[in-house]
Amino acid sequence: MKISQISIFLENRKGRLYEVCSVLGANKINIRALTIAETEEFGILRIVVDKAQEAVKVLKDNGFIAHLTDIVAVEVSDEPGGLAKLLKTLNDNDINVEYMYGFVEKATDKALMVFRFDDPDKAIATLSQNGIRIISVKDIEGL
Amino acid sequence: MIWNEKMECMQPQDLKNIQSERLGERVRYIYKNSPVYKEKLSKAGVDPDSVKSIEDLKKLPFTIKEDLRDNYPFGLFSQPLNKISEIHVSSGTTGNPTVVGYSADDLKLWGEVMARVLACAGAEPGDILQNAYGYGLFTGGLGFHYGALTMGLTVIPTSSGQTKRQLKIMNDFKPRILGCTPSYALYMAEEAREMGLNPRDSSWKIGIFGAEPWSEAMRKEIEGTWNMSATDVYGLSEIIGPGVAQECPHKNGLHIFSDVFYPEIIDTQTGQAAKPGQPGELVITTLTKQGIPLLRYKTRDIVSINYERCCCGRTSPRISKIQGRTDDMIIVRGINVFPSQIEHVLLGIEGTQPHYQLIVDRKIGELDELEVMVEVEEKFFSDEIKQLHAFEEKIRREIESTLGVSARVKLVEPKTIQRSEGKAKRVIDKRTI
Repeated sequence: MKISQISIFLENRKGRLYEVCSVLGANKINIRALTIAETEEFGILRIVVDKAQEAVKVLKDNGFIAHLTDIVAVEVSDEPGGLAKLLKTLNDNDINVEYMYGFVEKATDKALMVFRFDDPDKAIATLSQNGIRIISVKDIEGL
Repeated sequence: MIWNEKMECMQPQDLKNIQSERLGERVRYIYKNSPVYKEKLSKAGVDPDSVKSIEDLKKLPFTIKEDLRDNYPFGLFSQPLNKISEIHVSSGTTGNPTVVGYSADDLKLWGEVMARVLACAGAEPGDILQNAYGYGLFTGGLGFHYGALTMGLTVIPTSSGQTKRQLKIMNDFKPRILGCTPSYALYMAEEAREMGLNPRDSSWKIGIFGAEPWSEAMRKEIEGTWNMSATDVYGLSEIIGPGVAQECPHKNGLHIFSDVFYPEIIDTQTGQAAKPGQPGELVITTLTKQGIPLLRYKTRDIVSINYERCCCGRTSPRISKIQGRTDDMIIVRGINVFPSQIEHVLLGIEGTQPHYQLIVDRKIGELDELEVMVEVEEKFFSDEIKQLHAFEEKIRREIESTLGVSARVKLVEPKTIQRSEGKAKRVIDKRTI
C-alpha cells in the first residue's frame, strides 16, 4: 500500500529547515524519514511523518507550500547487495524510480526505504509478487 | 554640420508660424482621415477649422498609449494600408503590442530627421556608420539606416549582437561613427579587451547612443573607455522611432526637431503646461506625419525643456535627458518592459496570477540582467525538481518570446516578495545608470 510523503518548497536561505522542523515539533509530529533535493536556488524537503494530514495542515497554516505525494516504503535486507537485489527486480519489470531515500528507524532487522515511482500501483504489485514487504501507514505510526 | 539649417536654425517667430500652419493642416487631415480621431475631436468639442495657431494645441485632447492598443492593429492609422510602406511594432503594456505605420513620405521624413541626428552628433557626409541597433520590428536599426542613406554615409548594418564580429568589422573597416545602446557600448569594451584589442585605439570617434536611459557618469565611462564622443539620441516608435531629438557636440540637452515634432511639457500633477524649465511629461504632436499622425501624444517620459538658442547655432529647443517615467515601464537592454506583460505571461501559463517581482541589475561592463522572482503556489508545486525546473524554463521561454528579452526565473517561497500597503512592489531597479 501507498503512504503519504510531504514535500515542502524551501528557498536556500538560512534557517528555513529549522523553521519547518520546529513547526512540526511544536505540533507533536514526528519525522520518520527525510531527504532534501537541492538546486542552486531552492530545495524540496521530502518527509514521511506519523500524522501526514495534520502535518500538511500545520505547515500550510504557517505559510509553507506543502503537498502530499504517494510513495511506497519497502523493507530491504540490511546486507551487502540487499538494495541491488531489490533494484534488479524493479529493473527487470521496467519500473522507473524517480527518487528514493532511507528511513531513520527500522521495524525489524531489515532496512526501510522510501521509493517514488511514476506508477506506484504497478510497483506495489510487482514488489509483492516478488516477496518484498511493503510498509503500511500503521507500520509507520508504530515505529 | 547642420543638416537642415533652414529648419534647425529658424527665427522663433518664423518657426512658430510654420508650426501653427502645420498644426491646422494636420488636425484637419486627421479629422478627415481617422474615424477614431474624428470621434475623439468631436467629443472634445474641437472644430478642426478653429485650430489656427500652435496656441490652439491646448484645446486638443491628449492621445495615450492605450489609444493605440485599443485600436490595434491599424485603427489609429490615418491612411489605408495600401498607402503604408512600412510597419513597426513595439511592446505594449499588456497583450497587444503598439503598431505604427509609415507612408512613403513618412519614411522620407524619418530619413530627414535621422540625417539631422547624425549631423548633429558630428557626422560628415562620407563617414562610415556602424549601425549596431537591432534591425527588424524595433525602430532603432532601420531608423539609423535611413538617416545614413539620406545623409550619404556608408552604413554597415551589423545590427545588434555578435560582438566579436562587430569588433572585427570595426577594426578592419574603420567606421568613425557607432550607433547602439549605451550599455552595449560598454559591454563591447570588455569583449574587445578579451580579444586583445585596446578600446582606446578604436576607429569609433562618435557614438550615438539611445533606446535606454543613461547618465552623465555612463557618458564619462564610455568616452574614457573608447576615446570617443558619446552623444544621446531620443525617440519612440509612436512618434517616428529614433530621430525625435539629438545632442549636439556641446552636450547640453537634446535638440528636438520641433518643426515636425512639437513638444509640450505637462505638469504631471495638474495636467497643465509645466512652468518654464520645470520637469514634466513630454507630450508630442506630429506636425507632418501621414500614416499615423498623433495629436498630443503622452510619451510618459519626464524631461524639462530649454528654448534658448544653443551655441551650436540651432534654435530648436533642447530637452533634458530623461529624468523618469510616469508609468512603471523599465527598459532592459533597449527593450521596453512593462510589469503587466510579465503578469500576462504568468496568467497564461498557470491560469493563476502568482506574486512576482522584477529585479533589474547591471554589473559594470555588462548588459542588463532581468530576474523574475515568482512565488511558488500550491497549484504548480511539485515534489520533483525536474518539474519545477521545467516550470521555470517555461516561464523563461514565454517571457523571451513575448517580450523579446531574456530573463532569469527564480522560484521563491510564498510571502517573500516585499509588499507595501498590501500591494507587491513589482520592480526593483538596482542599476546605477
